[in-house]
Amino acid sequence: MAKKTYIQAITDALDIVLEDDPKTLIFGEDVGKNGGVFRTTQGLQDKYGEDRVFDTPLAESGILGLATGLGLTGWRPIPEIQFMGFSFEAVDQIAGQLARMRFRFDGLKNAPVTIRTPYGGGTHTAEMHADNLENFFTGIPGLRVVMPSNPYDAKGLLISSVENNDPVLFMENLKLYRSMKDDIPDGKYTVPLDKANVVREGNDITIVAYGAEVNEALKVADTLAEKNVSVEVIDLRTVSPIDTETIFKSIQKTHKVVIVQEAQKMAGVGAQVASAIAEGAILSLDAPVGRVAAPNSVYPFALGEDIWIPRAKEIEEKVNEILNY
Amino acid sequence: MANKPIVDFEAIKNNLSNVSKPIQVLNENAEITDQEIFDTFSDDDLVEFMKKMVWERALHEQTMNFSRQGRMGFYAPTEGEEASEMGTVLAMKKQDYLLPAYRDVPQLIQHGATVTEAYLWSRGHVVGNKFKARSMMPQIIIGAAYVEAAGVGLGIKKNKEEDTIAFTYTGDGGTSQGDSYEGMNFAGAYQAPVLFIVQNNGFAISTPRVKQTAAPTLAQKAVAAGIPSVQVDGMDILACYAVAKAARDYMVAGNGPVMIETLTYRFGAHSSAGDDPKRYRTKEQEQPWFEKDPLIRLRKVLEDKGLWSEEQEDKLVDEYKASFKEAIKEADNVAPDKVSDMLKRTFEIPTPEMKQEIDKFEAKESK
Ligand SMILES: Cc1ncc(C[n+]2csc(CCOP(=O)(O)OP(=O)(O)O)c2C)c(N)n1
Repeated sequence: MAKKTYIQAITDALDIVLEDDPKTLIFGEDVGKNGGVFRTTQGLQDKYGEDRVFDTPLAESGILGLATGLGLTGWRPIPEIQFMGFSFEAVDQIAGQLARMRFRFDGLKNAPVTIRTPYGGGTHTAEMHADNLENFFTGIPGLRVVMPSNPYDAKGLLISSVENNDPVLFMENLKLYRSMKDDIPDGKYTVPLDKANVVREGNDITIVAYGAEVNEALKVADTLAEKNVSVEVIDLRTVSPIDTETIFKSIQKTHKVVIVQEAQKMAGVGAQVASAIAEGAILSLDAPVGRVAAPNSVYPFALGEDIWIPRAKEIEEKVNEILNY
Repeated sequence: MANKPIVDFEAIKNNLSNVSKPIQVLNENAEITDQEIFDTFSDDDLVEFMKKMVWERALHEQTMNFSRQGRMGFYAPTEGEEASEMGTVLAMKKQDYLLPAYRDVPQLIQHGATVTEAYLWSRGHVVGNKFKARSMMPQIIIGAAYVEAAGVGLGIKKNKEEDTIAFTYTGDGGTSQGDSYEGMNFAGAYQAPVLFIVQNNGFAISTPRVKQTAAPTLAQKAVAAGIPSVQVDGMDILACYAVAKAARDYMVAGNGPVMIETLTYRFGAHSSAGDDPKRYRTKEQEQPWFEKDPLIRLRKVLEDKGLWSEEQEDKLVDEYKASFKEAIKEADNVAPDKVSDMLKRTFEIPTPEMKQEIDKFEAKESK
């Protein structure tokens, strides 16, 4: 056990999968000597050599095409997109090619690729860097989208993602990279894909969240506990597919729900959770589904982020509104 | 002010057009233009090349027939491109990877898919994608094959597979896609064994080659990626084969990628879906290309050598067409796909919500 940041936990996971399976490869822009622009892959090239951890030319479609082709020839690629905002360049390779590989080959071949990319706001990066694009990518059948909210899960989920033979988009929250530390077991452990986690048990209301918003929801739960309100917090962890069973079970107990996401409200994860509840658990509800999300504007410039990204205050307001319905 | 410009851009531009003539072994009058290369082929080789082109032409004619009868799905005609397609693919070995475009179905069959599978692919049945060959299915997204080929090439290199390369195809239009440059650049940067083949048939659907780029040749698009490239007479199967073979030999010796531009022509429509080439091509413009028909050219050489006859060809065509009729019957007998199977093949480990959907559809389908 050691206290580690979200980044260190990810580096740990990458180190383990490189050690475990000689077929794993890490590549992307500046991931080698530089260790990535955030130092997530720091030291890995030194340890595993340029054959396993290498820099690519600057071309996202090329990087993902390379991953698809390497997957097809028996490798287990872990490409990095330097910032999620640049993934649009690679959408054909991700959505049109990679995610369909297994389906097209009727299971004969697959592409066990884990795409790592930092996303999310609150760090005042330059324009086009910080997009929350999970809403967009969760609409792609054949692709899992994983979004850890803490260092422990980041390590365990990344190992599960790489070991899985289906393609995974592994989204790392920029803000959490260095702002959060956890006790992390040394060595290998996994956290299951496709499973939400009840991170805090409660009886009065359920908050469903993922990524950095889980930590905001936990703050709200702390605040409300002082007022004798017992909040249950669910961390989706995998946002496509969504573990509806865990959500329904919680709602059957609390009868109230607020769904929280950092991304824009339109379409996407929160909307999917709400419609699943409408389909599968509506009669358990005593109040409307509450939603907290960013507004449907284009992702704001750096100085607009702090008012745009929903944080604990907005969540608390919505929770009170639903409680008092 | 001095008259002498600091840079003579015009001279540089003119220099771009100073390119060698396309490589040729047999010209359009069936005259041998490169005796040394011609002599490397035995009589059996020449007959084999002819048979392959006759096979491809017969496949095209029969498939068009099926298409008119409403028995095919998407089909991209190949008539006119036999020398380019068969010439290059015959230089492949079984262990090589193929990343074809939609017009390269004949190569896919030569590389190990069955005609039945090709027909099922055309119709959109998953069984058509289950061929055993080391190949991707025909690529619809223009340019995508090039970036993927770079990955396959790097995979081959990393696997230390000897005597193995990747072949990939695109058209003249495909060279305008950013992906085709990214693919070549990646393969160049990693010295990955990929043979990039551009089949320049003059048109991307209706857009002529001159509107595609100001580059004097498409072959020189590889230069910026540090890749050697040449133009080949794409109506001369001997030249196409010899150049593809030379490229393969060069690459398996541990050298990096190569790009070949074959100058060819699609005699008919872009696809069987009702495109009419008369809207963008004139008779006068087409005629010289029809005269370059790769089958006429080689047939003449063989007939002069007493190695080929009309009867022989007719008999072969009948045999081939009979086999295609068998193949489509076989395709007709393949059971339709099921939604439950589609759900099952989406992920290796089905997601929980998928398990429910699978149960739901299986119950429905068993009724
Ligand atoms: C990315 C993409 N854009 C557009 C199309 C539609 N499209 C299909 S074929 C074609 C022309 C391609 O021409 P070329 O590369 O010269 O190949 P050819 O058909 O002549 O063999 C176009 C525009 C496509 N399939 N993929």
